[in-house]
Amino acid sequence: MTLWEVDIYPVEGERDLAAESIATGAADLGLAHALPVATARGYLLEGPLVEADVRRLARELLADKVVERTVVGQLGDEVLQVPPEGTSLCVHVLPKPGVMDPVALSAESAIADFGIPVHRVRTLKKIWLPALEPPRLQALCGKVLANDSVEQVLVGPLEFRQLDVGAPYEFQLVQVPIRGLDDAALEQLSRTGQLYLNLAEMQTIQRYFRQLDRDPTDVELETVAQTWSEHCSHKTLAGRIAYRDETGVRQFDNMLKETIFAATQQIRRELGADDWCVSVFEDNAGIVRFDARMNVVFKVETHNHPSALEPYGGANTGIGGVIRDSLGTGLGAKPVCNTDVFCFAPPDTPLEQLPPGVLHPRRVMQGVVAGVRDYGNRIGIPTINGAIYFDPRYLGNPLVFCGTAGVLPRDKSRKNPLAGDYIVAIGGRTGRDGIHGATFSSAELTSESETISGGAVQIGNPITEKMLLDVVLMARDQGLYNAITDCGAGGFSSAVGEMGEHIGAEVALETAPLKYDGLSYTEIWISEAQERMVLSVSPHQWEAFKSLCDAEGVEAVIIGRFVPTGRLRLTYCGHEVADLDMQFLHGGRPPVVRDAHYTPPAAAPPITAPDVPDFGRDLCGILGSLNVASKEWVIRQYDHEVQGGSVIKPLVGVANDGPSDAAVVRPLLDSYRGLVLACGMNPRYGDLDPYHMAASAIDEAVRNCVAVGADPRRIAILDNFCWGYTDRPETLGSLVRAALACHDVAVALGTPFISGKDSLNNEFSYWDAQGQKHTIAIPASLLISALGQIADVRQCVTMDLKQPGNLLYQIGATRDELGGSHYTLLHGQSGGNVPQVDPALARRTFQTLHQAISSGLLRSCHDLSEGGLAVAVAEMAFAGGWGAQVDVGTVPHTLDTLHEPLSTIARLFAESNTRFVCEVSPPLQPVFEALLRDNQIPWAAIGSVQTSPQLTIVISDGNNARRTLIDLPIATLKQAWQQPLQWQ
Amino acid sequence: MPTPRILVLRAPGTNCDRETAYAFERAGGQADLVHINRLLENPSLLAEYQVLCLPGGFSYGDDIAVGRILANQIRHHLSETLQAFKAAEKLILGICNGFQVLLKSGVLLPDDPVTGPPATLTWNSSGKFEDRWVRLVTDASHCVFLQGIERMYLPVAHAGGRFVVPDPTRLTQLKNQQQLAVRYCDEQAGVQDTVLPFPVNPSGSLANVAGVCDETGRVLGMMPHPERYIDPTQHPRWTRGEYRDPGDGLAIFANAVRYFTA
Repeated sequence: MTLWEVDIYPVEGERDLAAESIATGAADLGLAHALPVATARGYLLEGPLVEADVRRLARELLADKVVERTVVGQLGDEVLQVPPEGTSLCVHVLPKPGVMDPVALSAESAIADFGIPVHRVRTLKKIWLPALEPPRLQALCGKVLANDSVEQVLVGPLEFRQLDVGAPYEFQLVQVPIRGLDDAALEQLSRTGQLYLNLAEMQTIQRYFRQLDRDPTDVELETVAQTWSEHCSHKTLAGRIAYRDETGVRQFDNMLKETIFAATQQIRRELGADDWCVSVFEDNAGIVRFDARMNVVFKVETHNHPSALEPYGGANTGIGGVIRDSLGTGLGAKPVCNTDVFCFAPPDTPLEQLPPGVLHPRRVMQGVVAGVRDYGNRIGIPTINGAIYFDPRYLGNPLVFCGTAGVLPRDKSRKNPLAGDYIVAIGGRTGRDGIHGATFSSAELTSESETISGGAVQIGNPITEKMLLDVVLMARDQGLYNAITDCGAGGFSSAVGEMGEHIGAEVALETAPLKYDGLSYTEIWISEAQERMVLSVSPHQWEAFKSLCDAEGVEAVIIGRFVPTGRLRLTYCGHEVADLDMQFLHGGRPPVVRDAHYTPPAAAPPITAPDVPDFGRDLCGILGSLNVASKEWVIRQYDHEVQGGSVIKPLVGVANDGPSDAAVVRPLLDSYRGLVLACGMNPRYGDLDPYHMAASAIDEAVRNCVAVGADPRRIAILDNFCWGYTDRPETLGSLVRAALACHDVAVALGTPFISGKDSLNNEFSYWDAQGQKHTIAIPASLLISALGQIADVRQCVTMDLKQPGNLLYQIGATRDELGGSHYTLLHGQSGGNVPQVDPALARRTFQTLHQAISSGLLRSCHDLSEGGLAVAVAEMAFAGGWGAQVDVGTVPHTLDTLHEPLSTIARLFAESNTRFVCEVSPPLQPVFEALLRDNQIPWAAIGSVQTSPQLTIVISDGNNARRTLIDLPIATLKQAWQQPLQWQ
Repeated sequence: MPTPRILVLRAPGTNCDRETAYAFERAGGQADLVHINRLLENPSLLAEYQVLCLPGGFSYGDDIAVGRILANQIRHHLSETLQAFKAAEKLILGICNGFQVLLKSGVLLPDDPVTGPPATLTWNSSGKFEDRWVRLVTDASHCVFLQGIERMYLPVAHAGGRFVVPDPTRLTQLKNQQQLAVRYCDEQAGVQDTVLPFPVNPSGSLANVAGVCDETGRVLGMMPHPERYIDPTQHPRWTRGEYRDPGDGLAIFANAVRYFTA
């Protein structure tokens, strides 16, 4: 047996892109300026190999000799240690044992195809540096070269002479003596065992096993902890809550059921025979009607905690997971588009302000974007929508929301596992990756999370998932299984436990295919290894199912059977390791009872303007603020056109670079019916009032859809609550208050929630040099994602100005609502009135606007959001390449008297909801205005499109006095908007 | 002549297969999606088809190098089958990842007996994946797929589309034989050999090469995605009235079908 290394360097004249990125990363973090770096990617090949074999593989497989050169040697050979010019020190970065290494797996099979006997392959990165003093080298390794949670760094020549294989596992039943523990010991066990259960829950488990007169096995305890975890059971929000606010007290038995679910039920009742919801809050994703053949499904998940530790892996397994949610809905929906929304701390956060254990936000952002890019692009699902919000409070706890919509034949929308069915695992193999993800994600992050929970972080393999997806859709259409669900958080434990809840299940754990030896029965059961799904396959379906999987190269294995016992029974090589009552598992958790308080913040001072306002500078400042600025750097890295259905792209306009309100795709290529995807979120409003924040987020998501042409009567929405530590009554109180708004606004708009997910305890704690504990809680963050529909995509409009001479209208009223606005952010002010929603008017406005769009009255339409009217018009102008002349003296408003200069700020920059700017060609003016009048929509003609590329905003009073507020070339505005995040 | 049959080849990670098959069908062909494993089990299957298309995606994850693993499978197991297919004057089209595979498998440009493959497609100069629309001009009067097409506007979406030929005489030879069939170009000018700036030439490709055909003109590989512009609503500025109906990409599929039906 020999161990060979093949190092692959760029040839002379080719750029070393990896080295450039390291040098840039080091400079960005202030670790080194113009650091000389050289890199190689390498392979370690183990097997009975001779040099000629290895050289042939290097030449014909591993390297591209047109642009690369190779160095081949056995480990320990001098030739592998020849430093490129300007360097002397060699750092090797390898995936940690057990971490997914897809390239190595592919290389193993590709080498087998040569008939060359290789046993094992591992990849490595080789980084050559100049001699550096140890602290700087250490910082560089930890912050730039490698991520400690998934990679190991070895400085100097590699010392090992064989690749780890892992020791075989020897069965030993582990029992956890729980019956005799006192409360303190129970709590201790919950913590040290990473169960993250509270005392009442631990006591309930203790009672159950006392009744059985035995102690639980480790796997029984893990199964209960996973099933009862916040992540899997949503026990806080679906629990009992005593809520108190300024209007009084309200008791909830199940808060979510009585607010968000209740709203949907009411909407469905009101729709009666026209109800277009199919399955809500039941399956892995919500399902609604699409056309005569198809339903559509939609789900958005969060993957916050893994992304904090390993942004690339966290984001790519986040997207992989939500794709499996769609695929695991009904009998399997075909994913047709993705949406990704992130919350980060500002990327220019100074390095010295980073608490221990925190990755720099710039690195988090780069890693997350790369993770979404590599997974979404490879699996072939277009990423068409997204948003990024920046706030310093996301420093230790970034948020990563990943969503997928899919299409599902109407007759495949229900699953029905049968007693007697085989439990079949398909897709990726089970490994030690992702142990304790479900319980970990329900806990608070600390500076030690990295060491405690590194195993919870994984890297995905999108090709495995793509193969899984292809085979599942084929098997679905051939009717080869009765139910399917994904192995998400909690792995087999969660998938089998949920699918067999009303039947009973027996699983032989040793039958699960493993990535490597050494996994205990418990690890097999709770591993969250990616790209796996569990199906319920009847014996008469099995043969056809198995041969289909074989034909596609997808591994499918029977791991057990659903049996009508009402019990969950696990064995390992004939030994019983668990025997739990399904009723106890799914219904035995003691109800969580929490207090929730909301106290309105003290009245803050009104927003004031500086003595000498410079509105042009304000406009450029807001356009250049991180939340508003162009995200083109991110968007272009995503394939947003794969599958061929792209209609409205995320970037629109004359130069394909303006910000679209929403994206539109045709999921069925032979039809013009479209899906519309958009979102709404504004954590800054939550600081003033979570109720109005939630109402505004819904309004924003819906108006974004409507702005491109979606039918407001067919928009479905999702909630994703990301909050801080909800054991604190005031934190939970703000969440309940937001949920109340979700209920009220959804009902009033007739816009149903169809699914949702919460992620609680998003706080980061660390201890400073003095041993003092600090905690950063994220702002209350509610993401509303909207899935709209449009009967014929050829009616869509975009936000870019189309034609000089056309008229511009503001639809909807501006109020004195600058609270939480980007104007106040720019000027460092707090207070002001938070934007509110008038839902009855909003519903009418959306319907009227939709009528205008479907009648072809509008040439362009843009919603007003961050930065208000001024930002919206500026974006429309530079996206369209035309100027505009606007008079804000005429904007519709609800103030009787407008006090200068505040009123001018409000007219320009207030972020009042339910507003649009519309472009109309002069011949259509009478029809359009009549439509608005008939429906009693607040509106005003505010200006026109100009040939000259200049944005001029004036204010005139009734006496023909005019004052110019803003007069800037659109190129200046565009530059301000594009520059901040125009990364290389 | 009956409706030509197109084999759209799937491998693990192929992801543009359905819309590519749909484009062939819109052009009047009959397209089947066939997994590489079926072809490896039974290479004679290919003889039932007139067109072989390798669509876009990330075959085998582009692990090791773009297109490499599928290209090696073709080299090891399907070389003779493809030679026979070409000799029968049938057509082969590779799009994006399919182009990378055709080039790396030696199907598009034969290996030099001494130095090996004469050209490659490697990382974009920008170092990253990008999805954007580009202007293209053709330069191959003999290429079946490009008949009657002078200019096109199509999207690219890739990280590894930079065409590199280390030997300048070989590049000139390819140019003179009109094998540098599709080139990135700016709004006004035609074929240019000097590398145009980003983003006109999005990858930094030598001689602005976006697509290459073989000597016969019956094998074409191209990075841009013609299947992503067959309907007007796929154009990024269709709401501004800037589209063609059908989209520019359809002609490529229609030319392939017409070759067997006209």
